[in-house]
Order: sequence, then C-alpha cells, then structure tokens
Amino acid sequence: MITVDVLLFASYADSAGATSVRVSVADDAHVSDVVQAVRVAKPSVTLPARPLVAVNHRYAAADATVAAGDEVALIPPVAGG
Amino acid sequence: MRTALVGQRIDVAAIVAEVTAPENGAVSLFLGTVRNVNDGRAVDGIEYNAYAPMAEREMAAIAREASERFGTPHIVIEHRTGYLPLGEASVAIAVAHARRANAMDGARWIIEQLKARVPIWKLEHYTDGTREWVEHGKGQGVRRGRGREQGVGRERERERERERGVLDAPESSDA
Repeated sequence: MITVDVLLFASYADSAGATSVRVSVADDAHVSDVVQAVRVAKPSVTLPARPLVAVNHRYAAADATVAAGDEVALIPPVAGG
Repeated sequence: MRTALVGQRIDVAAIVAEVTAPENGAVSLFLGTVRNVNDGRAVDGIEYNAYAPMAEREMAAIAREASERFGTPHIVIEHRTGYLPLGEASVAIAVAHARRANAMDGARWIIEQLKARVPIWKLEHYTDGTREWVEHGKGQGVRRGRGREQGVGRERERERERERGVLDAPESSDA
C-alpha cells in the first residue's frame, strides 16, 4: 500500500470539509482508485461520476497510475477569467 | 513572454508597455472584469482561488502554445487571486504582433484556453449575503457546501471541443 495526500478545492473542499485528505491505495493504484478512496474517506464530498484529476500538476487520465510521493488533486470545473 | 498569478491590482499600462516593440504594429489587450450580475443575481464581488503551482504551469504552457500558433514572443498573461470588488480586472492578456489579426486572435485564443484549462475557481459574493462557486460553462453556480455538479465533466469536454473548433490557429493572413 502507498499513502497519497489528495488536494481538494472549491466546492469539493467545501463538501468534504477539508482541503486535503490522506488515503491509502494499492502500490499499482490508478487515478480512479484514488478517487474512490477519497469518496470512502470523505463520504460528504460531492464529486461527479468522473472528476478531473491532476497528478503532479498535469491533468491525468482515470487509468493513469499513481506512485508514492505524487501530488494528486481533484479539480472541480474550472472558472478562471 | 511572461505569465503570473498576482495578489494585487493588475497594472495594465505596465503590461502593454511590456509587449510593445518597434516591430509590432498591433497590441491586443483583453481584460476580464468583475461584473455586477450573474444569472440574474446581484454580485458584490468575486473571490478567486487557484491551485497555484498547476495554474502557473498551465498559464505558462498556454503562453508557449500561443507563441507558436500566432508567431510572437510578445505575450503577457496575469490572473488575480483573492477578493475583487466590482469592476476590477481579474485577468489581463496582452499580445503584440506585427499584424493585428495575430494579435487579436492570439488574445482571444488565450482567454478561451485559460477558461477551459487553468485551475482557478471563483466564489461569487451576492448582495443578499450568500456565496456560490461558479462553474464555467454551466450557466449556474454550485451552492457553497452543497455541490450538484453531476455531468459537468462531459459538458466541459463538449465545451472544449467547441472552443477548439472555433479557435483554430489563423493562417498567416495580412492584417
């Protein structure tokens, strides 16, 4: 197992009541596994079926792998400008 | 070429001066400003929140891509964070080029890319004291603490496709 700190922003952070959550996932976990672990760790978090995820500051696909030490963030629909 | 997230008022004159060069016959400046109404609700101001390291990375990538597409290194993008009252500029984009078509199309392309890709969120403060997170392209906000964003990922993908279709890089047309 590896431990991953997942960053939350905007409506995701509000619904979770936290700006980050620490989860444990398998060594060969995918992005989708990390998202599922966040749902379990923070049941109040309101996420779409397939939220956007960034790994090390880049958008990542649901089947991308996550390694120990990666910076993972759930990205709500962006609204800059 | 320069991009930045900034915590203080954007100095528009300085940005224009920064992209101005003797070979450029055109400077295009886009300012996004805080509007007093959204979805029929009166707005007092907007709080901008960024995932700073990724936002800076995406803004720099957009500037590099724009430089290649529109053929100019004279590009500055600044985005504010924190609380902004009505009328203040939240984003400034300046693009200079020998020809106006590239300068204007470049600025338009950059703002559309920025709105689609850069991880920045806005919490609108309404005159009735409530606040909501705005979701770009959805046409309505998410009530703070009670999200209902099912399906917006697909909506966002469709929107990005539309933007790509509308905003292809220009041919090397004369200005």
